[in-house]
Amino acid sequence: MEETEVLSGAGVVKEKLARLAVGTYIVWLRDLKNFWRDTMRRIGAIVQPLIYLFLLGTGLEAAFQVFGGGDTEYVTFMYPGIVAMTVLFTSMFSAISIIWDREFGFLKEMMVAPMPRSSLALGKVLGGATTALLQGIILLVLMPLVGIPYTLEKIFLMLLVMIVISLGLTSMGVLIASRMRSFEGFPIVMNFILLPMFFLSGAMFPLQDLPGWMDVLTKVNPMTYGVDALRGAALKGIEITSTSALQIPPDLMAKLTEAGVQMPQTPMLQNQVYPLWMSLVIVTGFGLLMLFLAVWRFSRQE
Amino acid sequence: MAEKIITVKDLVKKYGELEAVKGISFDVEQGEVFGFLGPNGAGKTTTINVLCTLLSPSSGNAVLDGHDVTRDRDLVRESIGLVFQDPSLDDRLTARENLEFHAYAYRVPKDERDERIREVLEMVELLDREKDHVKTFSGGMKRRLEIARGLLHYPKVLFLDEPTIGLDPQTRNHIWEYIRELKKRHDITIFLTTHYMDEAENCDRIAVIDYGKIIALDTPESLKNQVGGDVVKIRTDDDKRAEVVLREDYEVEIIDERDCLCFEVESGENFIPGFIKDFPVTINAINLHRPTLDDVFLKLTGREIRPEGADELEAMRAFARGFRNKQR
Repeated sequence: MEETEVLSGAGVVKEKLARLAVGTYIVWLRDLKNFWRDTMRRIGAIVQPLIYLFLLGTGLEAAFQVFGGGDTEYVTFMYPGIVAMTVLFTSMFSAISIIWDREFGFLKEMMVAPMPRSSLALGKVLGGATTALLQGIILLVLMPLVGIPYTLEKIFLMLLVMIVISLGLTSMGVLIASRMRSFEGFPIVMNFILLPMFFLSGAMFPLQDLPGWMDVLTKVNPMTYGVDALRGAALKGIEITSTSALQIPPDLMAKLTEAGVQMPQTPMLQNQVYPLWMSLVIVTGFGLLMLFLAVWRFSRQE
Repeated sequence: MAEKIITVKDLVKKYGELEAVKGISFDVEQGEVFGFLGPNGAGKTTTINVLCTLLSPSSGNAVLDGHDVTRDRDLVRESIGLVFQDPSLDDRLTARENLEFHAYAYRVPKDERDERIREVLEMVELLDREKDHVKTFSGGMKRRLEIARGLLHYPKVLFLDEPTIGLDPQTRNHIWEYIRELKKRHDITIFLTTHYMDEAENCDRIAVIDYGKIIALDTPESLKNQVGGDVVKIRTDDDKRAEVVLREDYEVEIIDERDCLCFEVESGENFIPGFIKDFPVTINAINLHRPTLDDVFLKLTGREIRPEGADELEAMRAFARGFRNKQR
């Protein structure tokens, strides 16, 4: 009586793929609609990175001696880090909203719909990644404000890296959220995963001359490679320099500046520690692994 | 005999050690309103979840509209509509958007989508609220919207898990009107669970379930007939004489004679008018008790189905008694 029962093998596969695509689309669309409808979230999405960039960046500028007399401002150094942070936090928060869906039953309605479970995970990952990317793009527009001129190459590379890391991080978030039954576990995720990943990524400070144990931690942190690639792309052609290597006392320095003496500047930091291809491979590999695990976890759930 | 739309055979569902459903078998016929009646924790929701493919059975099988619930999940899912016990709407979306997402998910053809959404919204009288966010809806409205959503893809079977739980009596009646209307208008089978006895009366057939087992399955009428006929209770000027007359002239058995006379007759409402006219002893009071499903459950299990929370109250009383005893 049903057409579907007489479908050939290829037809069955096509049917399954169609269900997967429809399911993924719905979950994605709903996530975006909810994001768009939530005015506070929308405002927060714009304001939060600005707060970090301009309040924290300007404040810390004074504290970082390294950048003391140099031409490069700390915000310039920190900018790619803030982009990474925004993508990291938004991806994770969006993914974790899946607990919300479970709590309020929407997930159940989706789970009983005629579509594979994997479409739930995929839709959620794409939804989170899209919102993260939207925020990243807002920051991309602000690039000249921190002293980085637009170039096509920079924009392209940064977008590429953002896409890859947002997909990977949302997958990780979905994977974590699939094991959580309530929001009570959220502070644990925040304190033990999110913040360490952020602080150990080189977003806020250069990962040079760190103690051995910390050096190891930064190297196993996938975010490190994301930040490194982003910084490499953003600061291409910009050298982070300083005069502090000359060890000139501040009062003398002030007099010299007053007299209009140009101080020789030495490069202090590498913009990019790892080659771009290596960072991309690591970040993509991490992303694929997380995506695979998230989809697998979801399709096994009762 | 109508076609069977659901066939369940020796269904068992275990959660670890706990056996929630202990091997049940039953059929549901096309177009009937089939009720699952039992106290909380009897295994009603577990059974529904298995039939809806949300849980896999530990053993046994279930076939719905010709599709096995474990093997052909997607086909089963397409032929059922579902209203869960807990709300499963997206509060932040509008009523219409909730229905639209459902229409996408069940791949309702594009050119039929608007028409069907209108149709179901009209049926549950929410058409004027379609653009409002669901979070502004009352509990009854949400439940109605969920019923509308469950019908959107023209399912063969509509599952309603405790459809009226937490609603006020007026809204409950309203929901039941929809259910009866549905049955009349569409050729749809309705499978519902409830622990309200009065609601179970609305079903064509009822399965009484307790501790994971079906202990009776029949129409409400036959179930009640199992308990016995109607009970007439009278008080008279002279109970002794009345008793003798009842025994000898009416040939009924007196069930209870402590403070009044109780006896069973087949059809109480036909019996009483003639009885009052002809009975030689003056009747001071008369009372007719017709068996309810409460009596059925009581007879079958020796317990009453208690509304939620009553057990807790009972436990607290027991605790208080124990506490007082200790103090003495």
